[in-house]
Amino acid sequence: MAEKKLKPEELAGSIDYKPKQKDWLDPSVEFKHGVFNYGGSPKSVEYLQQPNPRKWQPTDPDWQLPENWKQIILEGLKDRLDRFRSLRIFMDICVRCGACADKCHFFIGSGDPKNMPVLRAELLRSIYRNDFTLAGKLFGKFSGSRELTIDVLKEWFYYFFQCTQCRRCSVFCPYGIDTAEITLLVRELLNLVGVNIDWIITPVANSFRTGNHLGIQPHGFKDSIDFAVDELESITGVRVEAPINKKGAEILFITPSADYFGTPHYYTLLGYLALFHEIGLDYTWSSYASEGGNFGSFVSHDLMKSLNAKMYAEAKRLGVKWIIGGECGHMWRVVHQYMDTLNGPADFLEVPVSPITGTRFENTKSTKMVHICEFTADLIKNNKIKLDKSRNDHRSITYHDPCNIARGLGLIEEPRYLIKNSCNNFFEMPDNTIKEQTFCCGSGAGLGTDENLEMRMRGGLPRANAVKYVKEKYGVNFLGCICAIDKATLPPLMDYWVGGVDVGGVHELVGNALIMKGEKERTTDLRGEPLAGDEKQNV
Amino acid sequence: MLKELLSNKKSIILDRWIQSIDNSYPVETTKFLKSQKDRFSNPVGYSITNCAENLFNELLSSRSIQNYKASLSDLIKIRAVQEFSPSQAIGFIFLLKQTIHNELESEIKAGMDSKELMEIDSSIDEMALAAFDLYMDAREKIFQIRVKELKARLLFNEMNGAPE
Repeated sequence: MAEKKLKPEELAGSIDYKPKQKDWLDPSVEFKHGVFNYGGSPKSVEYLQQPNPRKWQPTDPDWQLPENWKQIILEGLKDRLDRFRSLRIFMDICVRCGACADKCHFFIGSGDPKNMPVLRAELLRSIYRNDFTLAGKLFGKFSGSRELTIDVLKEWFYYFFQCTQCRRCSVFCPYGIDTAEITLLVRELLNLVGVNIDWIITPVANSFRTGNHLGIQPHGFKDSIDFAVDELESITGVRVEAPINKKGAEILFITPSADYFGTPHYYTLLGYLALFHEIGLDYTWSSYASEGGNFGSFVSHDLMKSLNAKMYAEAKRLGVKWIIGGECGHMWRVVHQYMDTLNGPADFLEVPVSPITGTRFENTKSTKMVHICEFTADLIKNNKIKLDKSRNDHRSITYHDPCNIARGLGLIEEPRYLIKNSCNNFFEMPDNTIKEQTFCCGSGAGLGTDENLEMRMRGGLPRANAVKYVKEKYGVNFLGCICAIDKATLPPLMDYWVGGVDVGGVHELVGNALIMKGEKERTTDLRGEPLAGDEKQNV
Repeated sequence: MLKELLSNKKSIILDRWIQSIDNSYPVETTKFLKSQKDRFSNPVGYSITNCAENLFNELLSSRSIQNYKASLSDLIKIRAVQEFSPSQAIGFIFLLKQTIHNELESEIKAGMDSKELMEIDSSIDEMALAAFDLYMDAREKIFQIRVKELKARLLFNEMNGAPE
């Protein structure tokens, strides 16, 4: 018998145009390749003496958790509710007003409601309600409570490693609930049963072992700095000093390791070296504090504390007076928001005073650590360096505020001041995408891996969308930023969403413009690319 | 004749089509896509509206495949990395066909010239083919970027003897 022919609308009706809808209380998640990070390597977990080292992946049906994993998590939660008043308040105070709901870059880019900060926090709150509140015990599911199950744990892993702790949502929360804190604490709970990711746990282990997250040993670090000195000489004709582990130097300089091993970070390093030479700064690098980035802050308070402490231990060992910190993101959030109670105050250091201008940085009298943008802005304000803006005329620049700097440290105007004094062509992105409202790169807090690329593209969409706008409107071709993770992850983001926009540091732009005593005529920028008007002879 | 009819019904057809594209997202997200009008706070919603309007205008004018691609580019890139299967990512284009047919139901029953309607349908098929090309370009780009990142990491490890 002939098969009945479907009418076009019936045919269309049989096509599934959208993913299956499900209730938010349903915790099941699918680990598709491209949207999650690989599990932590047992070698690194063991090295750090963290719980449950084993070879595992999120796609494994069995995560090989300890038998009493549920008890460990619930006791861990109870302990933290007692220790951190903020956590208990964050659990109780939310009225689901929705102010945060549409502020998360992962929600905006992915369209997944569980990336609404309120709903992400609810993944923990539902367990809190179930096990720690009377309402949960009396009304169960009707109060929005859920029992902690393996699926809930997997859901936590999925969504709390889709939060970059950027804190944009907290800017809009009328109660000041800090979702980044909630994410930090859930990741800490997950770590108690050995659930963490390799791109966090291995960098932490490396930072413990060699001082930097890439595991580069001291001689490798020195080679790289020496190479940069040679390269700077070939561009500027000026030979600079770059002292390493120099005891008794006035200042210790700490920057992310990517600055001396990554591109485009490296051009920022050239900028630092040129600047420090030009002002005759008595400073030193350290091969042990050779990493500003604090990957420990993505795992637990304890690991964050240990990695923060090594910077200060090194300042003590070298006998410096104070510290300048480079273009880093989360190093600054840790220094500004946690250091004082983790390891501080740094009483053995002096309140920073610029040896060049005499400016006393009262704002850092507890941490004794000054952001390089603040330091350089002070030099410019006091006319201590000469800058030729035209050397950046081949660039039309916009500036991305890193989350940890704008919201974590509150440093907003200084980088702009540096750019405006080093460049002629600067264009801001729209107001609701910069400064306190800046959109995250989508790859922070340890999520910047190649295996997680599609999730990164989702999370980075709002940022890229604003860059694309200024590119089309003003011809922007350079995205400045002062965070190592941004410098590593914005280039692929630009590549996918925008095209034709380079990414680089603010001190790269300062270095391009800096007029150095005894320099040769500059024909290229610090990347070796021809300056505006010099394109022909350099082709 | 049909073009004129479609032009008169443009607003309702676009509204319904955009609504059906919004509906391909979870309910809570659909509300956001519709209500937030700022293009920087809601790039996905903005792209949906922009893409639908441009495609529809193109359908009523030159029907050039290059212009279809230009109109589709942003939205397809977005849907190529969102939680959609390939067919779900580009399937929204066929919803235009259904929307037009629904809105022209009475005219079709009244014996409208089927040749003109078939041309419109074929043109929508062309949009879908353009979307398929763009979707594949986007996926290829994703994998190129991933390979680039992997190569950079391998090269770094080789040069610096960093641990695996």
